[in-house]
Amino acid sequence: MDGAPTAPETIKEAEQELTRVPLVLHRRNFSWLTERISGVVEQPAPRWWWVAFAITSSAATFGLFCIGYQISTGVGTWGNQIPVGWAWDITNFVFWIGIGHAGTLISAILFLLHQKWRTSINRSAEAMTLFAVICAAIFPGIHVGRFWMAWYMAPMPNNWGIWQNFRSALMWDVFAVSTYFTVSVLFWYTGLIPDLATLRDRATTKVRKFLFGIFACGWRGSNRNWRHYEMAYLLLAGLSTPLVLSVHSVVSFDFASTLIPTWHTTIFPPYFVAGAIFGGFAMVLTLLLPARAIFKLHDVITPQHVDKMAKIILLTGSFVAYAYTMEFFVAWYSGNSYEKFAFWNRIFGPYWWYWWFGMLFCNCLSPQLFWFSWCRRNVFVVFFVCMCVNAGMWFERFIIIAGGLVRDFLPSSWRVFHPTWVDIWTYIGTIGIFTSLFLLFIRFLPMIAMSEVKTAVPEADPHYGTLPGVQSVSPGGKERTR
Amino acid sequence: MANFFPRWTNWIPLKLVICGIIAVCGLTAATWYYATPKYTKIGYEPIQPVPFPHDIHVSQLGMDCRYCHSFVEMAAHSNVPNTQTCMNCHTQVQKDNPKLEPVRASWKTGNPVEWVWIYRTVDYVYYNHAAHVNRGISCFSCHGPVNHMSTVYLAKPHSMAWCLECHRHPENFLRPEDQVFNLDWKPDDVKPAEFVAKYGQPQDAGEDFSKKQKLSQAEIGRTLKEHWNVNPPTNCQGCHR
Repeated sequence: MDGAPTAPETIKEAEQELTRVPLVLHRRNFSWLTERISGVVEQPAPRWWWVAFAITSSAATFGLFCIGYQISTGVGTWGNQIPVGWAWDITNFVFWIGIGHAGTLISAILFLLHQKWRTSINRSAEAMTLFAVICAAIFPGIHVGRFWMAWYMAPMPNNWGIWQNFRSALMWDVFAVSTYFTVSVLFWYTGLIPDLATLRDRATTKVRKFLFGIFACGWRGSNRNWRHYEMAYLLLAGLSTPLVLSVHSVVSFDFASTLIPTWHTTIFPPYFVAGAIFGGFAMVLTLLLPARAIFKLHDVITPQHVDKMAKIILLTGSFVAYAYTMEFFVAWYSGNSYEKFAFWNRIFGPYWWYWWFGMLFCNCLSPQLFWFSWCRRNVFVVFFVCMCVNAGMWFERFIIIAGGLVRDFLPSSWRVFHPTWVDIWTYIGTIGIFTSLFLLFIRFLPMIAMSEVKTAVPEADPHYGTLPGVQSVSPGGKERTR
Repeated sequence: MANFFPRWTNWIPLKLVICGIIAVCGLTAATWYYATPKYTKIGYEPIQPVPFPHDIHVSQLGMDCRYCHSFVEMAAHSNVPNTQTCMNCHTQVQKDNPKLEPVRASWKTGNPVEWVWIYRTVDYVYYNHAAHVNRGISCFSCHGPVNHMSTVYLAKPHSMAWCLECHRHPENFLRPEDQVFNLDWKPDDVKPAEFVAKYGQPQDAGEDFSKKQKLSQAEIGRTLKEHWNVNPPTNCQGCHR
């Protein structure tokens, strides 16, 4: 470009275009962030919260009753019957564990890739991950029928002289999911410590001071504290990054290592991981869009954030659509008649509309709207697509699991699965548990990582105050904890 | 902000961690010792309607196990003798002994004596006495030195790990089939030349067993295992059918 005469206006315009859209809008300063985010926790619970909590906790309680009824009576309370030995139980397990994947992706992988936009959403996404994994963990435990024998999965010396079968994918699943939960809890809690200290310092009652004081682990915001904190956070991010890929791969081995047509495929691990991130991001948006509207957090969770998450949904949704296509291609190309029959059965069999609606419309077609920027910017379209994906991913798991089983190799065994009221209410109950835990979370803990969002505002730049024509907007020096 | 927690509380987390580790290790050790059949079952010695002295009948009088437990070689279940078996002798011997009153009452009324069951195997375990005693597993291996008990007590844990101890390594327990009911048998009693003449010796023995002074349990067991092709099941369906 040297030598070419350029009008100063053009340069200015180009610079304007190249300037990054700020991650926190309206030049909100440290103080505003602290006040707004802590305020959600410190003010009394609004009426809508009590109404919502009454509904979700009732669903959760009835779900727990169904689980108790199932444990005390037996698996016969569900519709499971040979050949459909896995149905809603394992569908719900895979559904919830899949949702739990967005949290670690946002907190670990995006952290290592220096994606600063994660700071607005990582806290609630991680919380959502934990609650989803709790819901998921219920199902493998209760579907074995003798819940009190679940400890057999723990490899410890016993009076029976028996040891776990480490060649079983189901055993790996236990370790994958429990490792994932443990690391996610550690990650979430480590990130919370500076914010807990903020809440402790702002606390007005003795009980709050005491509780936040304990959980803040004596955080003083000193240089030493921060150095240790950042190293711990980095290490945990490194530790959880492989977990994002491994957990759902191991879940897919539960199926891929069997001989059921439609299950026994090598494409399953990446296919499941893409589906998990797809469903997880949809659930993050499902929870955050209403929360943002209620708590007026539009300046922190901006259209830019929604846009980026929508793009990830588009990307992973397209992976998933590719995997679906590839399954059909391989069924045809392999020349395996069982495989062909199973996939023909998927489209035209007893669960035909699950496929047309759930897999084709919800999972493959609806995210394609996100090619258009006006769709990514319109919260109603985004919310609609997310709800489609939430439903579609459940249908996908059901089609894979029950759809693979209803047509056994032996036609005399063919049997279509019908859920009982216990099946249905156990699932609704876990939705209740999930939403109740999330409601408790936004009541008692800061739903946005204050200390991290503050690193993404212009004030975090040490030279910020010295820039010509800009004055510091942090008043009063109240930001002791950052 | 004033310090909310006094200085001494700084040590609480460390103390809690140490106490926690001690408590968890202690609980594990206590459960391992006190809550397993090694502790909870061994020594169970209920009061029987008649304090039947096995030591007098077997060691002093020289009766064979099979005189009373007559189906042990033929059936899965080893029977407790009926009153008629007792009365074969006790119409003549000790016929006025007050301790035998329940047996005489049973003899008159036809109602069986209500012996208390000691070796009660759970119903989901399929156990076959005949399969064991006909292949060189002595009564002693599971019931201990019954021939020296004045009243019977439970001598072995009978936990699944205990069953598997033998199913995984039967050579540690096998003995010649004619010594199964000899509860005082020891490997030293075996005469190597006679033993090898009857059962041979393992292919990979490495030395001539018949030339040895004594045979160890391992040598006897390995020989018999190979001779009878003993291959006990260690899969679940072996016992939980």
